[in-house]
Amino acid sequence: MSRQSNINTVIKGLFMIILVLLTKPLVLNGETITVKGSDTLVILAQKWAEAYMLEHPDAKIQVTGGGSGTGFAALQNQTTDLANASRRIKPSESAACIRAFRKRPTEIKVCLDGLTVYLNQSNPIDELSLGDLKRIFTGKATNWKEFGGLDAPITVYSRENSSGTYEFFKRKVLHERDFAANIQSMPGTAAVVQAVTKDRYGIGYGGAAYSTTAKAIRISRSDESPAYAPNEANVRNQTYPIWRYLFIYVNPDQDRDAITDYLRWIQSDVGQRIVTEVGYFPLPSENAEKIQLTIHPTQ
Amino acid sequence: MKENDSNPNWQSLANESGSSLIEKAMEKFVFLISLTTILFVLLIFVFIARESLPIFLGTVERSIVREPIPVNALTTTPPEELMAYLDLSADEFQSMEKETLELLLEVKLEELAQAPIGTDATIQTTRWRYLLLPFQWSGYDAPAFIWQPISQIRKYNIVPLLIGSLKTSLIALLFAVPIAIGAAIYVSQLAPMRIREWIKPMIEMMAGIPSVVLGFFALIVMATTLQETFGYQSRLNALVAGIALGLAVIPVIFSIAEDALTSVPQSFSHAALALGSSRWQTASSVVLPAALPGIFAAVVLGFGRAIGETMIVLMATGNASIVSWSLLDSTRTITATIAAELAETVFGGEHYRILFVLGTILFGVTFLANLVGDVVIHRLKRRLEGKIA
Amino acid sequence: MAFATAIILAFAAVILSNILWQGWEAFSWRFITSRADQNMFDSQQAGVLQMIAGTSARVVLMTIFVMPIGVITAIYLTEYARKDSLLTNLIQSAVNNLAGVPSIVFGLFGLGFFVNFIGGNLDLILRPEQAAPYWRNPALIWASLTLAVMTLPVVIVSTEEALKAIPPGLREASMALGATRLETVIRIVIPQALPGIMTGGVLAVGRAAGEVAPILFTGAAYYMSGYPSHLTDQFMDLGYHIFILSTQSPDIEGTRSILYATVITLLLLTFTLNLLTILMRARIRTKLRTFH
Repeated sequence: MSRQSNINTVIKGLFMIILVLLTKPLVLNGETITVKGSDTLVILAQKWAEAYMLEHPDAKIQVTGGGSGTGFAALQNQTTDLANASRRIKPSESAACIRAFRKRPTEIKVCLDGLTVYLNQSNPIDELSLGDLKRIFTGKATNWKEFGGLDAPITVYSRENSSGTYEFFKRKVLHERDFAANIQSMPGTAAVVQAVTKDRYGIGYGGAAYSTTAKAIRISRSDESPAYAPNEANVRNQTYPIWRYLFIYVNPDQDRDAITDYLRWIQSDVGQRIVTEVGYFPLPSENAEKIQLTIHPTQ
Repeated sequence: MKENDSNPNWQSLANESGSSLIEKAMEKFVFLISLTTILFVLLIFVFIARESLPIFLGTVERSIVREPIPVNALTTTPPEELMAYLDLSADEFQSMEKETLELLLEVKLEELAQAPIGTDATIQTTRWRYLLLPFQWSGYDAPAFIWQPISQIRKYNIVPLLIGSLKTSLIALLFAVPIAIGAAIYVSQLAPMRIREWIKPMIEMMAGIPSVVLGFFALIVMATTLQETFGYQSRLNALVAGIALGLAVIPVIFSIAEDALTSVPQSFSHAALALGSSRWQTASSVVLPAALPGIFAAVVLGFGRAIGETMIVLMATGNASIVSWSLLDSTRTITATIAAELAETVFGGEHYRILFVLGTILFGVTFLANLVGDVVIHRLKRRLEGKIA
Repeated sequence: MAFATAIILAFAAVILSNILWQGWEAFSWRFITSRADQNMFDSQQAGVLQMIAGTSARVVLMTIFVMPIGVITAIYLTEYARKDSLLTNLIQSAVNNLAGVPSIVFGLFGLGFFVNFIGGNLDLILRPEQAAPYWRNPALIWASLTLAVMTLPVVIVSTEEALKAIPPGLREASMALGATRLETVIRIVIPQALPGIMTGGVLAVGRAAGEVAPILFTGAAYYMSGYPSHLTDQFMDLGYHIFILSTQSPDIEGTRSILYATVITLLLLTFTLNLLTILMRARIRTKLRTFH
């Protein structure tokens, strides 16, 4: 009989747990901010969240990566508050958002990035032109010899197609041509950098914040023009050819105080200092001030 | 399993005793709950097939090239035309305010300004012809199987992915089957009792290594080691992923094969041993042939496990969508494609539906593998128990 | 043949020793008891307590969902169903089938059915006036339910085994003393089979603890502060954290020690669970031997 009562206790216990868990979510927790999107931004978003919550212990922020496309999909499915993006929203994505919540999503610039091209440390090549990159990534050029390097085949690494960096690179460098089919796509920028670090003949691209173990090369606009390194000065004065803004998109109807405060904080000096710490480049100050005033729809 | 035979006795016993109302209600309740499993198998099938149905039926139609309608023409354009232009259903159209429609028109103009021009722009790329057969897209030198779902012209040829999945699974089997079956024969027939009792749990423990750990190991450690040893070009490739996948499949094949081998009645091997054959001869010429269907089933079920595995191939194949049977080329599998791309698709969009088509194919293949495997094992068990001649 | 066995064991040894060798230094009591919401990628300070909490929360919830259904189904199959009737065969093959469905398909199903269908309808019914979805979000509850469907066959099969191992004489004796079938099941069969049923539960937890594919779309978060406190919260997860650290960390070389230590944590968890089932099974077996 003792066994019998044991079972009863267990069942009662489980029942209580279920009851507690089922009733708890009915107490709505409005302070949670969900952030989703770009893998390029995810490390920055995570750092921001860490620092913000240190200052505001009652705030609760959950961050997920997956790619810019993921962020926009979540924004129009209304499953995220903020969508991180490493490219501008596409018209078709705006249209889907308008259908879902009747407004254009608000675009907020949060920092600058110099899209970096990585080579293995042992590779003698230090600079390439945009044209060279196009030939490599569309599969027209397959040997380092063509660029004055070793006589070895090029192994090309790219990001997954959900990544905004993938689309940005495709537009800016490949001019909308398809990537070569034999390109390896990695589930994250870190994986690209790691692959290039290990692969003597590898080439890959990603956000500026990741270039610790692979070599970041200088890029020129054409074979004749000078090449620039992806550093803060060159990105800010736009001499580096593949620079871009990184964005956060938000549903304008969703501007709860918690979200507005958080976005303002991101553009404040404290938030922008973290940008530098992580390895991206802070917004030009005039740009930040303009957006700091209010959150309003783009255009 | 002798006890089972007497089961009907006590069942009939129970039927004789008059059942109370609670008793009957409980029986019904238990019965209904037990249908959950069937319900879920059906739900899985229904929910995955439902999302992919428009592709199967070929009803995903979209027109890319359209005459632009300026924003100020909103009131002068007939509703039907607007609805078609903006891809709105009648209900959606009714519920929208003027401002919203204006916004949509505005965005549509931006979209048209960026829309691709050229011969490919009118192609319905989700038709089966483009999913399965090679096609010469503009900008390409020859007809090719192209998987480029994020592109101005979205190309969804699934052949590279099918080949990728088959290739990695076959490598995994080539690697895993000899080892797993060899080990199963050793453990079940040849090994001394003491060793057997140690090895079996150890291999079962291997089944407990999560696939993300095997994927991590293949990506961080194995890929580099193998490349340094053999010096091939692409660091992440079908071979690396196949071996890691093999490690995940070994415990599956081992335990089913071992089960089949031990279920061969002892009388078989006793008879052979009494006739003077060695342990090895007995195992290879008496026990193994008797258990052969079970071993076949083990391989089929192992295949089902290999082709459905996700994290290992996502991390270790390099995910290049090329048509190549070379072991040393990078490759992209169905499962990795779903895992990498699903989160970014718009619910109900064509990319989303194509990924569900891939899910349906995967479900179908593993369903068949499981069915064949289970039927074979079932028949083998019954034959060894002497129920079928 | 012994050689083949040796190869398997060698592979296992190489993997485990590599992981232990590289990760042992970073793996410490501090590591498993520190949170990650400050300095998630700092190899000196980061910990995995939140991931342990997230993984535990999802498997505990899963157990609550899967155990009653799994055990009752097994009871039906062994105690009530007529052997070899069409329906019994159908249930049996559904169980086998469910066991073979790839984990990524469960992920698709979890997103399509639990998050979008069930979650979407809950929003319509419970919060019709709010536009933003509350239930139709990836969340702890949906991940747990998805895993519960995935582990259902594990629980059913091991419970069935446990029930079949009980000598029918016990049931006959109980009925002969005038107990009804329900009473027999509740007072005799279940208590006798309890260790076996629990083994099934532990096995299911062991299987689910390391799965990543089904939770990719249904609830795992890259980062969050604190612990999941609501069913609708997302959660950090050990397995997903391994995936993040090996593909999306800001500095793979710098975070390598955290990665290895996280792998050790997950392996310790799954191995402990597996060892537990093996030991429990061995105990049940010896007990049954004395029983007969």
